[in-house]
Amino acid sequence: MKKIKLVLETGEEYVGESVGYELDSIYSMGELVFNTSMTGYQEILSDPSYCDQIVVMTYPLIGNYGVNKDDFESLSPALKGMVLRESAEEGSNWRNEYSLRELLSRFKVPAIAGIDTRELTKKIRNRGVMKAVLVPVNYPTHNVQIILTNSLGTDQIPRVSIKTPIHFPGEGKRIVLMDFGYKKNILRSLLKRNCDVVVVPWNTSLEMIQSYRPQGILLSNGPGNPKDIPEVLPVIRNLQQHYPMFCICMGHQLFALANGADTEKLKFGHRGGNHPVKDLRLGKVFMSSQNHGYAVTTSSVAKSELEITQININDSTVEGLKHKTLPAFSVQYHPEACPGPEDTNWLFDDFLQSIRS
Amino acid sequence: MAKNLNLKKVLVIGSGPIVIGQAAEFDYSGTQAVKSLIEEGVEVVLVNSNPATIMTDKETAHKVYIEPLTKEFLLKIIHKEKPDGLLPTLGGQTALNLAVKLEEEGYLKKLGVQLLGCKVDTIQKAEDRKLFKDLMVQIGEPVPESRIVNSVQESLEFANKIGYPLIIRPAFTLGGTGGGIAQNEEELVTISTSGLAASPIQQCLIERSIAGFKEVEYEVIRDSKDNCIIVCNMENIDPVGVHTGDSIVVAPSQTLSDKEYQLLRTSALKIIRSLKIEGGCNVQYAMDPHSFQYYVIEVNPRVSRSSALASKATGYPIAKIAAKIALGLTLDEIINPVTKKTYACFEPALDYVVAKIPRWPFDKFVNANRRLGTQMKATGEVMALGRNLEESLLKAVRSLEVGLYHLELPSLKGKSHSDIVEKILKQDDERLFAIAEGMRQGMTSKEINNLTKIDFFFLGKIEKIIATEKVLLQEGKITSTVYRAKRQGFSDKYLAKLFNESEKDFTSWRIKQGIKPVFKMVDTCAGEFESTTPYYYSTYESEDEVLESSKKKVVVLGSGPIRIGQGIEFDYATVHAIEAIRAMGYEAIVINNNPETVSTDFNISDRLYFEPLTVEDVMNVIEREKPIGVIVQFGGQTAINLAKPLQERGVTILGTSVDDIDRAEDRRRFEELLKELKIAQPLGCTVTSIDEAAEKSAHLGFPVIVRPSYVLGGRAMEIVYNETELMDYMKRAVQINPEHPVLIDRYMIGREMEVDAICDGETVFIPGIMEHIEKAGVHSGDSIAVYPPQTVSKDILKQLSETTLSITKALNIKGLINLQFVIYHGEVFVLEVNPRSSRTVPFLSKVTGVPMAKIATKAVMGESLIKQGYFHGTLEPKQDIAVKAPVFSFAKLSEVEIALGPEMKSTGEVMGKDKVFEKALHKAFVAAGVNIPDSGTILATINDMEKEEALKLFKRFYQVGFDFLATAGTAKLLSEAGIPVKVVDRIGQSDNDILKAIRSGRVNLIINTISKSRNVESDGFKMRRTAVERGLLCLTSLDTTEALLKTIERNTYAMEPLS
Repeated sequence: MKKIKLVLETGEEYVGESVGYELDSIYSMGELVFNTSMTGYQEILSDPSYCDQIVVMTYPLIGNYGVNKDDFESLSPALKGMVLRESAEEGSNWRNEYSLRELLSRFKVPAIAGIDTRELTKKIRNRGVMKAVLVPVNYPTHNVQIILTNSLGTDQIPRVSIKTPIHFPGEGKRIVLMDFGYKKNILRSLLKRNCDVVVVPWNTSLEMIQSYRPQGILLSNGPGNPKDIPEVLPVIRNLQQHYPMFCICMGHQLFALANGADTEKLKFGHRGGNHPVKDLRLGKVFMSSQNHGYAVTTSSVAKSELEITQININDSTVEGLKHKTLPAFSVQYHPEACPGPEDTNWLFDDFLQSIRS
Repeated sequence: MAKNLNLKKVLVIGSGPIVIGQAAEFDYSGTQAVKSLIEEGVEVVLVNSNPATIMTDKETAHKVYIEPLTKEFLLKIIHKEKPDGLLPTLGGQTALNLAVKLEEEGYLKKLGVQLLGCKVDTIQKAEDRKLFKDLMVQIGEPVPESRIVNSVQESLEFANKIGYPLIIRPAFTLGGTGGGIAQNEEELVTISTSGLAASPIQQCLIERSIAGFKEVEYEVIRDSKDNCIIVCNMENIDPVGVHTGDSIVVAPSQTLSDKEYQLLRTSALKIIRSLKIEGGCNVQYAMDPHSFQYYVIEVNPRVSRSSALASKATGYPIAKIAAKIALGLTLDEIINPVTKKTYACFEPALDYVVAKIPRWPFDKFVNANRRLGTQMKATGEVMALGRNLEESLLKAVRSLEVGLYHLELPSLKGKSHSDIVEKILKQDDERLFAIAEGMRQGMTSKEINNLTKIDFFFLGKIEKIIATEKVLLQEGKITSTVYRAKRQGFSDKYLAKLFNESEKDFTSWRIKQGIKPVFKMVDTCAGEFESTTPYYYSTYESEDEVLESSKKKVVVLGSGPIRIGQGIEFDYATVHAIEAIRAMGYEAIVINNNPETVSTDFNISDRLYFEPLTVEDVMNVIEREKPIGVIVQFGGQTAINLAKPLQERGVTILGTSVDDIDRAEDRRRFEELLKELKIAQPLGCTVTSIDEAAEKSAHLGFPVIVRPSYVLGGRAMEIVYNETELMDYMKRAVQINPEHPVLIDRYMIGREMEVDAICDGETVFIPGIMEHIEKAGVHSGDSIAVYPPQTVSKDILKQLSETTLSITKALNIKGLINLQFVIYHGEVFVLEVNPRSSRTVPFLSKVTGVPMAKIATKAVMGESLIKQGYFHGTLEPKQDIAVKAPVFSFAKLSEVEIALGPEMKSTGEVMGKDKVFEKALHKAFVAAGVNIPDSGTILATINDMEKEEALKLFKRFYQVGFDFLATAGTAKLLSEAGIPVKVVDRIGQSDNDILKAIRSGRVNLIINTISKSRNVESDGFKMRRTAVERGLLCLTSLDTTEALLKTIERNTYAMEPLS
């Protein structure tokens, strides 16, 4: 097995086996983050929100059940690499079609295995997310340092968003899904509820969206910093005046910014399937699937048009917002699950309900 | 919802004695729950009949009752204590069944006691097969096609409709007692008959067998606000068909995709919500390996063995949280006790792999049917953690202490392909090893999957282990290859063998190469949040997480898995030692691998290392922690056996020295010591040939006890009465040669006494002397023990004390010592000395009020007994009389001989205490689950040697209203004595044979002493097994019989006409 190494912004190096796309003279740089999900690696690596990130999986055995045709959250992975303790050579599951390694090679995603992923996770926890790069093992240190001074850019959403609208016909309500890097299961969750869905690129104009005669608007998840695309904020402000709106993850952050609240970068984000979210109205806690590096600043909500509906039990960060007067609401996490718990998929029903009333 | 402030006083019910299917896990959960309730300011009253538990320490709860777990005794306690609430969900099936009874019969309502944790309605819905099935259908959760039957006929009708194979599950039984899988009509008749008999409501569920499906469990918690979380899911390596308690289990699941994981998770939440459980619950699933089809197999509406495992596997203390929920607290109000920073309302994320392997009693029960099925047979289990599955699995294998250090069973070496296939198909406790051996011989995963349905993922891991073996053999001792093997969990012992060198040499080479393990923390959250709970496991990786400390540290070695002969009593002592060490200001480090116990609760010690108890694994911890010493005397034989190798590696053994341990354990040296001290012991000798055995036995005088030297704990030990029997035994039971000598001791039929003492090297303190009801010859662990002695003279007691003092002193004991004696013709003989904590320590500690293990620990650490307030000599007994009675699990183990003998067979114990001996005895019998008849029919069959003694007892039985059925010889004895008796024939001789008599339900009690005649004996064996299967009391010792008779006599009236 070929050796490669992971070099952190701090200069620390981890040598391991290459278990994905074989890096030759090239490198792969991204923001190093960790995910604590014990299942769902296929969904994670195909989630566009991981664009430009290198994902450390804290669970040590990855690839156990292989890869199947159904569990992709996008057509091609946007992440920059995976860091694993061990990757299965072959998957064992009735739906398995090929191995994780084959998938990674096919989509040119480098991956390193044999790494003390717990040590790495704790580093990220203690120092916050940082840049890292995967390079061939003999790659000159000096060059690595130069690579790491590069910025990751601010164009992740434009890169992962579709370029032209797509229509998924259905008998029910017409929903426009604004794509900032949407996960397939958001679409599936709507289609399952008979919706007629038009997925539009992130920068679609208000007029164009209105031309689809939507009954509701869904703002999707997506990668990067919400402040990178200020141009969508007026569109959101306008849309919420006319249509019931439901916003997920990146959509939630954009919704907050559009209504006068602020966002901030978290030290190491929330990525996993075990995050407890308390709904303040119901007084109940739900397990949620999360993947975000930015969050809405709690103190900024007071002066906005919004109110907090849900908070994270562990760190009290904002998990849900609703507009004070309009039928628009948002969640920071992923009610569509995939991977992760399905505790909050009733939010889709709430959204469709809000259209009816 | 906030805490329910009306609950000021809560009664917690424990699970009673350790039996197969209900073991130490309930001491762990009960102890945790009680502590958790006390934290919330609740006054806790605890009742449990098992003295060997931490939960029954008087310090655990505000009030502790060691009383039988029956409705009658519970009601007395409720009347006396007037609790506001009753918490039955932490005491296993025993507590749950009792709660149902109390509620159904209206007592709780009448007495104003609120049932906590779950409603009776919930228990019934989860436990009653029909109600459960109805509920599942109602909420749309799939269950296999099934039918509730109350007769064999009904089960046959169902079979005619859907065909075979079928699973038979009796309602309301422990560990699936009486159940099984039937492949055809004949098997169905047999199994449903025993199943119906085993069920207290004569009900079984017959269902389509889904054997071969993946078996997956979810541990769920729900609170009063309907918040639900999954603590852990677990996947059995053994597919459906092997009881989950007998399965090798991994956590988390390994072969489920997220879709499947969430499918079952969502189902589990739906089920706990529909049952409205407030607390912990366990849901078992069968998952089709070829589709999304799944079935709900079973729900336990309580804390279970699996939840103890899940708690240790994740660090999330289910019982502790469940107890708080029972008080009305909700998950989002309870702090996560591991991180202390986050809340209990989350789902643990693991960043390691957990493997559990059951520990079966087949080393003791060599004749038992080893096939694993729906009836659980394991007595205990081990758990191991690693960063990959191979590592966890191999660590678990060497934690078992069955003499194996690798996936390699010597007896399978060189077996033919067909033998291996046959062995794999046997589906017994050695299947894992047979699979490995098969692969070594070239069998493919596909072939093995065809035979076993074990998932390719798991088979692939075993294949990888075998592949590494081959690489090691080819490449030899190369650092990189060895490092890879170590990362896969290979033991030094195995590697050393592979490279033909001593383990010690190999280990020092390895360390020189820098191949050393690191220790990782179990933190519930995969490193996401900072945690300071020092719960560690070893692995070969880069970062070590052990928190530095400047305090002086002491390592206490635990006792490993619960097995016959080394049970929860040793965990009890271990926990006490830890507490004493902490109280003295040292840091206590515990190394153990048993997930069921209190000692492996991370709150008990300062540092917990979940590791195999082998020299290598223990040394790893010692080298990392650099303790001032290691205490070995509380962890049973497991820990004692490590003393010498640890000392050889430069470790300080605290307490009795290794040499003195050897003087007590080495037969020859011990004989010398006694000779010096002029203390008598039964004459004995060591022989190396059959001829020598005959000659020396004649010299000693029959009867003699014979045992092979290379096994310990009374295995293969037998009493023989003459030369013919001796010859027979020599040929049948042992291999004899100069390497494997056989020990022969004079067998002295006399009263057996047991003493535990504590010594600091100077002062010897004896907290108490116990008398055994059964004469020497019945293993002390299977005897009823009485404190204080009832039939022994003051003079003998004085002799016992003096002998104990002198042996203890001479052995320079520092800590605990256990001595066993026999009194023969008024003289004291030493049978055995154990330089360590013993089975009787918790019992004696409780009845004397002397915390023996704590005192001993302090003595070990240098605090003299005098300074601790004790003296040289024997403590005067108090007024109360206490009886410790053994509890057996024979119903779970088919084909096991139940007659008592020199080999230990009991799995647990109970205690009865009262002001009067017979009352204490009565309580002990009741607590042990003995159904004491106060009149009725006795079936008697007595061997010739004991007829005279038996007759005396029969006369007394007759006087209190019993009549008799007996085999010819015994019947003659009775009728000659003028006692009316009906003769029954030997098995198969007529319609009036013994088995038919038993099955007819006419018999209330069987008294049967073992005959030496082999053909009579095979009848006896069948009779005893039938009795077990019918739940009938069968006594094989006249001493036990007399004890029982005494309680009957006390409780009944003499029935005699006027004369």
